[in-house]
Amino acid sequence: MNFFLTIVLDGLIQASWLFIVALGLTLVFGVLKILNIAHGSFYALGAYVAASAVTMVAAHGLPPGVGFVAMLLAVALIASAVGLLLERGLLKMFYGRDEVVLLLVTYAVFLIFEDVTKLIWGVNPIYATQPYELFGNLEFAGLYYVGYDLVLIPVSAVIGFAIWFGLNRTVIGKIVLAVIHNEEMSVSMGVRVNRVYAIAFAFGVLLAALAGALTAPKISIQPGLSSDIIILSFAIVVIGGLGSVEGAAVGAILVGLARAASVHLMPQAELFMIYLIMAAVLMFRPEGLFKRETARRI
Amino acid sequence: MGKNLHPLVMIALVAVVTLFGRVLPTWTLSLATIAASNALIALGIVVLARTGNVSFGQGLFFAAGGYGVALIANAWGLTDAVAQVIIGAVCGGLLGLVIGPLIARYSGIFFGMLTLALSMVFYGALVKSTALGGSDGFNVGRPSLFGMSFVDPREADFMLYAVSVIVTGLAGIAASILFRSEFGLASLAVRENNLRVEYLGISANRIISINFVIAAIFAGASGAFALMAQRHIDPQFAYWTTSGEFVFVAVLAGNQSVAAVFVASMALELVRSFSNLYLPNTWQLVLGVFLLSVILFLPRGIGSLWIRDRHSRKGTAVGAPAAPEKGAAL
Amino acid sequence: MNPVLSVRGLDKRFGAVVAADAVTIDIPAGQRISLIGANGAGKTTFVNMVTGYMKPDSGSIVLDGNDIGRRSPRSVARLGISRSFQIPQLFIELTAAENLTVAISGINARMLSFHSPAQAQDRHDKALELLGRFGLADVANRPISELAGGVRKLIDIAMALVRRPKLLLLDEPTSGVSAEEKFNTMDRVIHAVAPDAATIVFVEHDMEIVNRYADRVVAFYQGRILADGEPADVLRDQEVRRYVTGGVR
Repeated sequence: MNFFLTIVLDGLIQASWLFIVALGLTLVFGVLKILNIAHGSFYALGAYVAASAVTMVAAHGLPPGVGFVAMLLAVALIASAVGLLLERGLLKMFYGRDEVVLLLVTYAVFLIFEDVTKLIWGVNPIYATQPYELFGNLEFAGLYYVGYDLVLIPVSAVIGFAIWFGLNRTVIGKIVLAVIHNEEMSVSMGVRVNRVYAIAFAFGVLLAALAGALTAPKISIQPGLSSDIIILSFAIVVIGGLGSVEGAAVGAILVGLARAASVHLMPQAELFMIYLIMAAVLMFRPEGLFKRETARRI
Repeated sequence: MGKNLHPLVMIALVAVVTLFGRVLPTWTLSLATIAASNALIALGIVVLARTGNVSFGQGLFFAAGGYGVALIANAWGLTDAVAQVIIGAVCGGLLGLVIGPLIARYSGIFFGMLTLALSMVFYGALVKSTALGGSDGFNVGRPSLFGMSFVDPREADFMLYAVSVIVTGLAGIAASILFRSEFGLASLAVRENNLRVEYLGISANRIISINFVIAAIFAGASGAFALMAQRHIDPQFAYWTTSGEFVFVAVLAGNQSVAAVFVASMALELVRSFSNLYLPNTWQLVLGVFLLSVILFLPRGIGSLWIRDRHSRKGTAVGAPAAPEKGAAL
Repeated sequence: MNPVLSVRGLDKRFGAVVAADAVTIDIPAGQRISLIGANGAGKTTFVNMVTGYMKPDSGSIVLDGNDIGRRSPRSVARLGISRSFQIPQLFIELTAAENLTVAISGINARMLSFHSPAQAQDRHDKALELLGRFGLADVANRPISELAGGVRKLIDIAMALVRRPKLLLLDEPTSGVSAEEKFNTMDRVIHAVAPDAATIVFVEHDMEIVNRYADRVVAFYQGRILADGEPADVLRDQEVRRYVTGGVR
C-alpha cells in the first residue's frame, strides 16, 4: 500500500509541473494552431531567470521567501514580454502560410534561444536551491517528502482551475474558446483575433516559463533543458488531445504516474514509456483522449 | 520537376567530385563527408515527403543503422566500409519494412508525430540499455576498404570521403530516376489527392510504405557513415533534435531537385563549422537565423515540400482562408 | 439477362438523417440511367456506397455476381466501376496530362515501374488521346491549378474513363459546364464508352440532360426511391413533381 501511495504521490508531484507546461503548449496550439517548438525554450528561460533572481536576492541577504516571490515576478514579466515580442514581431509575419512553415519558424526560434541562453548564462549548470527549503519537509507513509514538491500539487491544481474558469466562465475566455473552435466565424463576428493571438501566445509561454521557475529550485539548470521539455510536453499534449485543457491535465497525470511507476518498477522503461503511450494513442485514438479530429485515411 | 540530367552525366559528376577530394584540405574533406552523409538521409526524407508525409523521426533508422553496424563490427570484426554501409542500409530497411505499413495509414500531421514518437521510444530504450553503453554509447574501430587498412589519417579520411560521396551520389541518381518514373508520379499524386488515387485502383498506403522503406534504407546507410566518421555510437543518434536537423536540410533543399539536397547539406556544415570557429556557442543561433531567412526569402525551398495537405481543416493556417473544398460531396 | 449491378435493400443513416432507405435496383448492361432528386435525397450516398467509399448499414450490392458491399474504392475500381465527382478530384499541382498518366498507371497498379519514365511514350500518347477526346489537348501541359472549373470537370470524367469501366458513375457531369458545352460533354462521354457498351449512371439536376440522354430515370427522396422508369413517366409522376422537379413542365 505504501508502495502504491509512493508512486501516486511521486506521479502527482511530477504531473503538477508537467501540467503547467503542457497547458501552455496546448493553449497556443488551440488558439493559434501553432505547435510551438520553442515552448521548451521558455521553460528554460523561466528556470534561468528564476535562478538569476534567486541568486541576486540571496546576494542582498534577503530571506528565501522574498527570493521566491521575486523569481515568480521576474519570470512573469520577462516571459510575457518576450512572448509578446516574439508573436507580434516575428510569428505574425508568417501567418497565412502553410502550417508547417510556422513549425519551422518556431524550430528556428528554438535554435536561436538555445544559443542565446548559452551566451547569457554560460554552458555550465547553475542552481537556485534556496526556495526549495521554504516549505520544510514532510514525513508521509514512511518516506520523506520535500514540502516544496507537495505544495506544487495544489498550486498547479489552482492554476488549472483558474484557466478552466477563465476559459469557460468569463467573457474573454469564451472569446478565446470561440477562436479555438471556429476562427473564421469569430472573425466574422467581429472578434479581434490578432489580440487574442497575442494574449494567448504570451500567456502560453508564460505558463511554460512559470513551470520552469517553479521547478528551478529542484533541478540543475543547463543547456539541453529546452529540448527535453518540449518533447515531453508535446507527448503529453498529444496524449491528451491537441488544444484540450482537460487533455493536458489527464495527459500530465498519466505521464507523471507512468514515469513514477517506471522509476519504481522498471527503471529501463522510464524514458521510453511515455513515448510508447504517445505512439499508442496516435495509433488507436489519434485525436487524443479528449478531442474529435479525423486522422485516418481510407 | 528537377533538372533532367542524363544518368551518365550524373555519374561523371560523382566521379569528378570524388577525385576532387584529393586536392581538398583535410578540414573540407571531413566536412564534405559529413555533408554527404547528411544529404543521404535528407534525400530519404525528400523522397518520402513527396507523398505528403514528412518523417520527423528518421533518427530511428539512423540509430538502428549505426547501432546495427557497430554491434556487428565489434562482434565479428567486420570493418570493411562498403560492407558496413550495406549492413546499415539493411538494418534501416528491415525496420522500415516493419514500421512503414503500420503507419502508412495515418495522415500528414499524425504521421509526422508517430515517426517522432517511435524515434523517441528507441532513444529512451537506448539510453537505459546498459548492454549498449547507455547514454555514453560505445566506440568502434577504424573502417577498412576491400582488405586495405588506412593508417595515414589523410588516406583514411579520403577513403571515407570517397565511399560516402559515391554512395550518396548513386542514391541521388537513383532518386532522380525514381522521381521521374511512373512510381514517382504516383507518389506525387498520393500527396495531392490520396482519395482519387484509391479510386484509380492504386493503393496509396503501398506507395507510402515503399517510399518509407527507401527513406529508412537511406537513413540506415547514413547511420553507418556517421559511425565510421565518429567511430562512436550513442543514443543521440535517435534524439529528436538529430532528426530535426535532417528535416532542416530537406526543407532547405525543397523538393525541386536532388542536387539541392547536397548543396543544402554542405551549406549547413559550412555554417556550423565557421560559426564554431569564429563564434563558439553560436552555430545554432546562426542556423536559426539562416532558416528564418530562407523561409522569408526562398519560399519555394520551403513550402513546396508540403504544398497540399490532404485534409481541409478549418482554420489551420493561421489567418488563412479555408482550404479549397476536397472530398466526395455528400 | 443478368443485371450488371444488383442492389438490394440498401440502408444508410447518419444519425437522424436517412441517406438510404431500402434502396433496391437492378441495372442491366448498357443502360443509361439518370438519378434525380433534391440535394440530400441520397443520390450521391448511393454512388458512394456502390463505389465502396461508404459501407451500407445493411443491404447488398452485387456487381456481375460479386458482392462488393464491403469492398474498398480501390477494389471496386479494379472490378470495373469508375466514377467522376461532383467537385473534381484531381491532382492539383500536376498537369492535365500527368493526371491522366496516373490514371493510366492505375490499370497496372500492382506493378508501377520504378524506372520507366512517367511520360513514357505509350502512356503519354494515351493521355493525350484521352484529353483529345474532350477537346483538351491544348491544356495537356498546364497544371490543374491554372485551369477553370469546367475544364477540371472534363478531366475528372476523362480520368474515370481510363479503365474502360463496365459501370461508369458520373456525379453531376454537367454542373459547372457552360450551357453550350454540356451537350457536347455528354456526347463525348457517350461516344467514349460506346465501344465497351458500358453502363452509365449519372446524377443530374439538369432535366434537359436527363430527357436527352437517359433511358431510365430513378428519382430519390429522403433516401427512398420515389419512382423508377422511363423518363417521360417518371417526370410526369405526381410525387416526383412535388419533391424533385418542382412541378416545372
